[in-house]
Amino acid sequence: MKPLLQSEAFVRIAAPVAVGVVLLTLWEIGFRLASVPVYLFPKPSDIFTSFLHNGPSLLRALLATLRVTLQAFAAAIVLGTLIAFMFVQSRAIEVSLFPYAVLLQVTPVVAVAPLVIILVKNTQASLTICATLVALFPIISNTTLGLRSVDPGLANYFRMNRAGRLKTLIKLRIPGALPYFFGGLRISSGLALIGAVVAEFVAGTGGRSSGLAYEILDAGFTLDIPRMFAALFLITLTGVALFAAMVALSRLALSNWHESEIRAET
Amino acid sequence: MNALSPGESFEEKAERVTAGGDRPPAVEVLSAEKVFANGTRALSPIDLAITEGEFLTLIGPSGCGKSTLLKLIANLMEPSDGRLLWWRGDFARVGQEGRRFAFVFQEPTLMPWARVDANVRLPLELADMPNAKANPLVADAIARVGLSVFSRHYPRQLSGGMKMRVSIARALVTSPNLLLMDEPFGALDEFTRNKLDNDLVRLWWERKLTTVFVTHSIYEAVFLSTRIVVMAANPGRIFRTMTIDQSQPRDQAFRDSPKFAAYCRELSTWLAKASLPAASGGAS
Repeated sequence: MKPLLQSEAFVRIAAPVAVGVVLLTLWEIGFRLASVPVYLFPKPSDIFTSFLHNGPSLLRALLATLRVTLQAFAAAIVLGTLIAFMFVQSRAIEVSLFPYAVLLQVTPVVAVAPLVIILVKNTQASLTICATLVALFPIISNTTLGLRSVDPGLANYFRMNRAGRLKTLIKLRIPGALPYFFGGLRISSGLALIGAVVAEFVAGTGGRSSGLAYEILDAGFTLDIPRMFAALFLITLTGVALFAAMVALSRLALSNWHESEIRAET
Repeated sequence: MNALSPGESFEEKAERVTAGGDRPPAVEVLSAEKVFANGTRALSPIDLAITEGEFLTLIGPSGCGKSTLLKLIANLMEPSDGRLLWWRGDFARVGQEGRRFAFVFQEPTLMPWARVDANVRLPLELADMPNAKANPLVADAIARVGLSVFSRHYPRQLSGGMKMRVSIARALVTSPNLLLMDEPFGALDEFTRNKLDNDLVRLWWERKLTTVFVTHSIYEAVFLSTRIVVMAANPGRIFRTMTIDQSQPRDQAFRDSPKFAAYCRELSTWLAKASLPAASGGAS
């Protein structure tokens, strides 16, 4: 049994947690000594109290945002992968459609969201569409890149063995594309959340939706700054959790063979 | 002698080129030449008959077209003129009548995501062979290259020489009649290369494999081959053929013998002549 401090896993978790605790403590003590009013900038303890008071409504908001995020993320994965498959099947399709994928990527979701919200009656659906638009591109571009990045020697080998298109796709292109695909997932998971929150902001106060963005807007109107921070904290936490989940998934799938997930052997 | 005589068909020429051999030809190269789109003449018309069961090595300075010739034999490339026959027929016949060939590249070209056994099983899988039938063949091929202990390992866990062995097992698993190897051990250190050469010569002998081998190494060529084709560049052509007359299977004792040294000296003399800028055709 190694001492705890020499254990890589322990340090990786303990060090950032320690930094967090120190920062929170300094924040709490500093703001207490300077007696900054709560409505300007709350202390950690104020935020924590706000959590206790507004727990149920914040959790409901979190679930709403999470639902939009996950729906959009799933839609982006399915659509993005299908589009990438289409792109690698034919150069003509890729050349004619890729510019539009880029168009999709560079248009800010804030600018498109009002249009989508007007066009689509169902708020939940319109939010999901906006978030999907944001999350889609990294999956398309990464998966396409991965499906194209085939070891030329192996591609040659498959050709020599008269492997058809489908077999080459399943046995060569897809496994080879996985590292790129997981890279796309990591970026896309965060973007789905950002897209969901931004769309909620736009749909915001008018609609009946009650996501975390609505909580932030509402808290702003009522100058309930601690609640604002609490909602912000939940958004951040969700983003980190999504990212961590993608990292774990990628490790699970690639740890046996891909350089990115192999830890140095000692 | 090289050109097609007036009124002569390729089939008739095939008879002429291989006349005198007591064994049937596996592959015949008949006045085949290769000119690339940019005008580079990689091969001037070449005649060559590869007899069943022989170990033929192509050697020569870079640019002599030995890899091009190997690719023509593998049907990875079409000749610009002339033609090739496989077992006296065109390429469509390969794959029928149990005629198979396997190609081993310069690199191991393994799938990094697949374990050794899955890598070796690949050609059988691509031919839709059911696992139950394939598994014993895979185990046998892995055993032949001495990697049974490593069959559940991933390529990254193996050394360069071991990866090359996996690549050879993948070639052997289909029980090929014709084995084509393009400088397979070029990237390995000499010690590993000698060891793999020993194994290869044993496998070739056991399996009665017809092998066409491309190398840069004089020692490797002499050790492995029954016949060596020395090629010259500008344009790529056959400069000289040499027969290595030595009993089989060969082992380290052959490498240490004066006969081996004499063959190496002879081959290196021919190679030096073939590499001269003004090298003109030697008697073949």
